Amino acid sequence: MDISLEHVTYIYQENSPFSHKALDNMSMHIPSGSFVAIIGHTGSGKSTLIQHINGLVRPTKGKVSIGDYQLTHDTKPDNMKELRSKVGVVFQYPEHQLFEETIAKDIAFGPENFGVTQEEIDRRVEKTIQDVGLDQSYLEKSPFDLSGGQMRRVAIAGVLAVDPEVLVLDEPTAGLDPRGQSEIMDMFAKLHVEKELTTILVTHSMEDALAYADHVFILNKGSLFMEGPPLEVFAEKEALQQVDLDVPEVMQFLNAFEQKFNQKIPYTKQSMKEIAQAMAQIVKGGQSHG
Amino acid sequence: MSAYRVEFRNVSFKYDNEQPWVLKDCSFTVDPDESIAIIGHNGSGKSTIAKLMNGLLFPQEGEIFIEGMEVTPETVWDIRKEVGMVFQNPDNQFVGTTVQDDVAFGMENRGVPRKEMRKRIDETLHIVGMTEYVLTEPHRLSGGQKQRVAIASVLAIQPNVLILDEATAMLDPRGRKEIMNTLHRVQTERSVSLITITHDLHEVIQAERVIVLNKGEIWDEGTPREIFAKKKALREIGLDVPFITTLKDELEKSGIHLEQEPLNHEQLLEDLWIYHSNM
Repeated sequence: MDISLEHVTYIYQENSPFSHKALDNMSMHIPSGSFVAIIGHTGSGKSTLIQHINGLVRPTKGKVSIGDYQLTHDTKPDNMKELRSKVGVVFQYPEHQLFEETIAKDIAFGPENFGVTQEEIDRRVEKTIQDVGLDQSYLEKSPFDLSGGQMRRVAIAGVLAVDPEVLVLDEPTAGLDPRGQSEIMDMFAKLHVEKELTTILVTHSMEDALAYADHVFILNKGSLFMEGPPLEVFAEKEALQQVDLDVPEVMQFLNAFEQKFNQKIPYTKQSMKEIAQAMAQIVKGGQSHG
Repeated sequence: MSAYRVEFRNVSFKYDNEQPWVLKDCSFTVDPDESIAIIGHNGSGKSTIAKLMNGLLFPQEGEIFIEGMEVTPETVWDIRKEVGMVFQNPDNQFVGTTVQDDVAFGMENRGVPRKEMRKRIDETLHIVGMTEYVLTEPHRLSGGQKQRVAIASVLAIQPNVLILDEATAMLDPRGRKEIMNTLHRVQTERSVSLITITHDLHEVIQAERVIVLNKGEIWDEGTPREIFAKKKALREIGLDVPFITTLKDELEKSGIHLEQEPLNHEQLLEDLWIYHSNM
């Protein structure tokens, strides 16, 4: 589903002493089927933006369109529930929301709420547990007997079981160990392709944005600061520094290397091995330097 | 008795008798003004260590001492005056209706005078960069902002042992770096033992000593440099090594031999420059 924001402003508790502008005249377009990353300093409006995308809040000004559903200050779609079934949100630490006795029941909870038939629910439970990389033997276990990483997978299966077209991921790797982090991101990359999802990744990890997203939005103080393909956005080191963001570590090092050796190694997502080889050639004096 | 600020003596713990050991025969010590990073895969027992340190849990075997005092149900309230802890999920830690009430809460419980409280609220919110949110309701804050306030609340009670259990996981990389730099400064100035439980490799590098846990046992202990030199073994237990360590490895394979294990960009660049100058 295509998602777009047109001049969206959102003010928390308008006309009160606590009034706070979380989004300020923001416009963006997320084409159907894309994998985008949303990056911004703490408090830049990322969470408020997510809440607009699945209709948890409505804009104070402007318009949000999610496929054919439209939200403005005064209007909402007739069928909000349908919209929410199409936009699945994996919130921060989703495993804290697990509550059922068995994993099967926990996964079934979402589709039950959306009125899916029992037969279809059973089918989805069996399918989604596999989608998240666990086998069916887990279904009758208690979710609370699992490790943190496995619990998170079960919580994600619960979101997938609603069969969304858009998947919003809010810091999905926070708190996982390094192996768990890369496993879960690889899983989302695979689901994105297999289920033809529109995937929106909210992250602090420049590395993940670089590795997985085909388009990056940089937010600052409730406004869109910059957008583009990750390699282009991350080439703008100075601009990103203005909004307190750093470029991915590999690019930081290549920039510093260029300053020291006066020779540029352009970053094109090449492997660490290739980078090391290019550096070795320069360091060994294979090429002249200034 | 124990002469250390924190001592674990052959500590084993399990949640109940039916379950396997979560920690097995763990012994380590922490000095005043020392900073320690505890790393390990999810489920390796890291958070259990934190909870044992301030008496949220008690071990079935072995003893734990804080400032020479054994952690027992009888001493737990005295222990908690010494040990401040910030958890991973800040949502479970808020009690006040505004940010300043929240920071005040721990101090009220410890009978800090009102004037002193005011001073510490301003000081600690400044340290974590949240001064402008002093009257904000906690539920209006983002995950990262909540973590900042949770850190301020613990700093305000001025503990001798400060434990951060994944307490910066929701912060952006730069915010994390700033807060950790500040905490390391506080640690040195006030002789606080800083114990960080983390997956963030930059946080690990900043520590003076690293304890690696694997399946409930202490797998290794050493300086960050010593630990990250064991990259292959670390990866086998589900952990990662810093970017800079991986790059040094690849450079080695391309025929650039460097003596020391670099810990930051500047060091590696400098070593490469020296190598280059000697060509």
